[in-house]
Amino acid sequence: MQYGGKIVIGLVIFVGLLLLPTVYDLGAGSAGYKQPKLQMPAPPNDKNCVEDTEWMRKNHMQLLNDWRDWVVRDGKTVYVNSHGEEFEISLQNTCMKCHNDKEQFCDKCHETAEVTPYCWDCHLAPKGAK
Amino acid sequence: MNKSRRNFLKLAGGAAAGLCFGSAGVALASEGAHRGPYVEESPKAFTAKRWAMVVDTRKLKTAEDIQPLVDACHSVHNVPDIPTKQDIKWIWSDTYEHGFPTTENNHLSEDVEHRAFALLCNHCENPPCVRVCPTQATFQRPDGIVMMDFHRCIGCRYCMAGCPFGARSFNFQDPRPFIKKENPEFPTRMRGVVEKCTFCSERLDNGQMPACVEASKGAVLFGDLTDKDSEVRKALRENFTIRRKPSLGTEPGVYYII
Amino acid sequence: MLEKALQGNSRYWGWLGFLVLVIAVCGGFWTFQLQKGLTITGMSRDVSWGFYIAQLTYLVGVAASGVMVVLPYYFHHYQKFKKMVILGEFMAIGAVLMCMLFVVVDLGQPQRMINIILHPTPNSILFWDMLVLNGYLFLNLLVGWVTLQSERMHVHPPKWIYFFVYLSIIWAFSIHTVTAFLYQGLPGRHYFLTAIMAARFLSSAFCAGPAILLLIAFALKRVAGFDPGREAIRSLAKIITYAMCVNVFFFLLEVFTAFYSNIPGHMAPLKYLFVGMQGKTNMVPWMWTFAVLAILSIILLVPPKLRDNPKLLPWSLAILILATWIDKGLGLLIGGFSVTPFETITEYVPTFPELMISLGVYATGALVITILFKVAVGIRRENLDLKAE
Repeated sequence: MQYGGKIVIGLVIFVGLLLLPTVYDLGAGSAGYKQPKLQMPAPPNDKNCVEDTEWMRKNHMQLLNDWRDWVVRDGKTVYVNSHGEEFEISLQNTCMKCHNDKEQFCDKCHETAEVTPYCWDCHLAPKGAK
Repeated sequence: MNKSRRNFLKLAGGAAAGLCFGSAGVALASEGAHRGPYVEESPKAFTAKRWAMVVDTRKLKTAEDIQPLVDACHSVHNVPDIPTKQDIKWIWSDTYEHGFPTTENNHLSEDVEHRAFALLCNHCENPPCVRVCPTQATFQRPDGIVMMDFHRCIGCRYCMAGCPFGARSFNFQDPRPFIKKENPEFPTRMRGVVEKCTFCSERLDNGQMPACVEASKGAVLFGDLTDKDSEVRKALRENFTIRRKPSLGTEPGVYYII
Repeated sequence: MLEKALQGNSRYWGWLGFLVLVIAVCGGFWTFQLQKGLTITGMSRDVSWGFYIAQLTYLVGVAASGVMVVLPYYFHHYQKFKKMVILGEFMAIGAVLMCMLFVVVDLGQPQRMINIILHPTPNSILFWDMLVLNGYLFLNLLVGWVTLQSERMHVHPPKWIYFFVYLSIIWAFSIHTVTAFLYQGLPGRHYFLTAIMAARFLSSAFCAGPAILLLIAFALKRVAGFDPGREAIRSLAKIITYAMCVNVFFFLLEVFTAFYSNIPGHMAPLKYLFVGMQGKTNMVPWMWTFAVLAILSIILLVPPKLRDNPKLLPWSLAILILATWIDKGLGLLIGGFSVTPFETITEYVPTFPELMISLGVYATGALVITILFKVAVGIRRENLDLKAE
């Protein structure tokens, strides 16, 4: 095979680079990972999130995505949750009224997970956070 | 609507699936369809088949008369005050000559010639901006409001080329440094999207009249054009009104009493 | 076939290096624009489209113009264009690529570009423009590549490719028609609202595009010994001349309609462009330069004696290209937008960063076209060498 050796070396380097993040994660990366400690709302606001905490942790991005379409595009402003409770659909006027510290709540996970949602390019974070 | 319904079911399905794995929490979808999650309009919401506005220019005669409307609108919607040609405005005052260029008249009555006119998005029945938008970021609601979805806008500015009324503004830069006092209840915009008057759809949906209507102390009327007993229809019946560039066939929803 | 692009003399590599350098510098300006926003351009609330979209418009024409060699060759079996056909197709690829880049640099939120596909909107002409431009890029890549490959193998192109050839010929008209529709359906812009816009676009494209192609062919003759053939040059020059005459004729139709009807709104853009309005006269020198150059190019091209003079022809073509570029790459857009919906005049001057970003796009197109032409010329030469042996 012409250039056989060079091709094999090239392939090895390529596959190695491809797998690097996974390998890193399996080793040192995940050992150092600690779930970030979020500042949860103080009573009496600690019980009535729009959905259950566990569910929100997994699905809040999807929910917010749907919320924005419902309120902006469909003019539906009321969200009735799985317990039959009603909430105004609004990031600034509902979510952030209880979770009033973006730095201690949103940013904590987002920074750890290295995601930068662009919500705050338009939406105003409550006082105290930048 | 169909699409949001589908997403919504996905969401509910996801919630139900979460249950199967024994997560703590109350049954979601299993508790019966009537208990949610679902979405609905607020019972407070003002609704109409076709929103329209009537501006009484006999009462709002000067730029000073119009300024409170501008201030009300721009402060509630976090509209920046940019002192260049790349400025942003939702409602503003201009002359008859500029507002109604095809209906200019020689030797106009001095009163009208010097009158100021509150100009804003006309929320046309056949909006060219909606026709040209490639992403449906600007769209028409069933109640006639021409709405902007800032999340979806890609900033191509085709809508600005399409609008015959100069009602649209583009965020050439980050608007936040130019907002004097932020209203925490409403978002700002980001760099690179187009914005304009939304007939205060967010206020209507929560049972409030548009900000400029409230600030006008009765000089601006707002109501359902299809309801012949509405305030706007009454005003149109009793007064001579004009609209901007009617010959273009866009059917503006803003009328001016002369 | 691409390996042909890797074999070149120092002049070839120097040119590529120069282009890459230009792209890198201009890329820096683009990064600057991404950070600051389009505020670094000369655009404004009134003139909301500027130099970028104007270049898009001009280059769609250049892309479509390849059809002026492709059509006679495939539909009329005009064999003299055989050598030019592949150049026309490859130039179209570069031009379409530049068109797309000009759209990207013009967007306020380029990272959301995919929304056009995620939320397809058939009532928006921009949606169709995206479709036809992508389609045209694909068609030319396919047709150019397959026919060149066949030529290299000394076989006739496969039969199935003719379907795509004929499709691409019709498609070429569609891309410029759709681009004209971007403008001519807008109710509030007098200068654009004219049924002849698409025809004007096509006529200016069919003179300017082949003129650019011929100039590149002349350059190739000097640097790569590629000769399109005397007859091919003469025929193409004839096509260019007819198209330019039609182009100027169409423009005069606009002038007649506006001024004989005497409708102020229709006259306003032409008045602003040629004599200035409300004391705003930025465009006046440009538009008179256009008028003089356009007439000059016709004087130099119509008489066969002057047109067939190989020394003079490149100059005549350059004059024609400049004239059409001022008309379509500057006047059309600025004339249309500077007269605002309030019948006031807002002038527009592109800024330095704006021009640099545009230069970067042009350099990218030049890079792609250089590489593709290198492949085409390389294959030709390989075949000639074989024949010589």
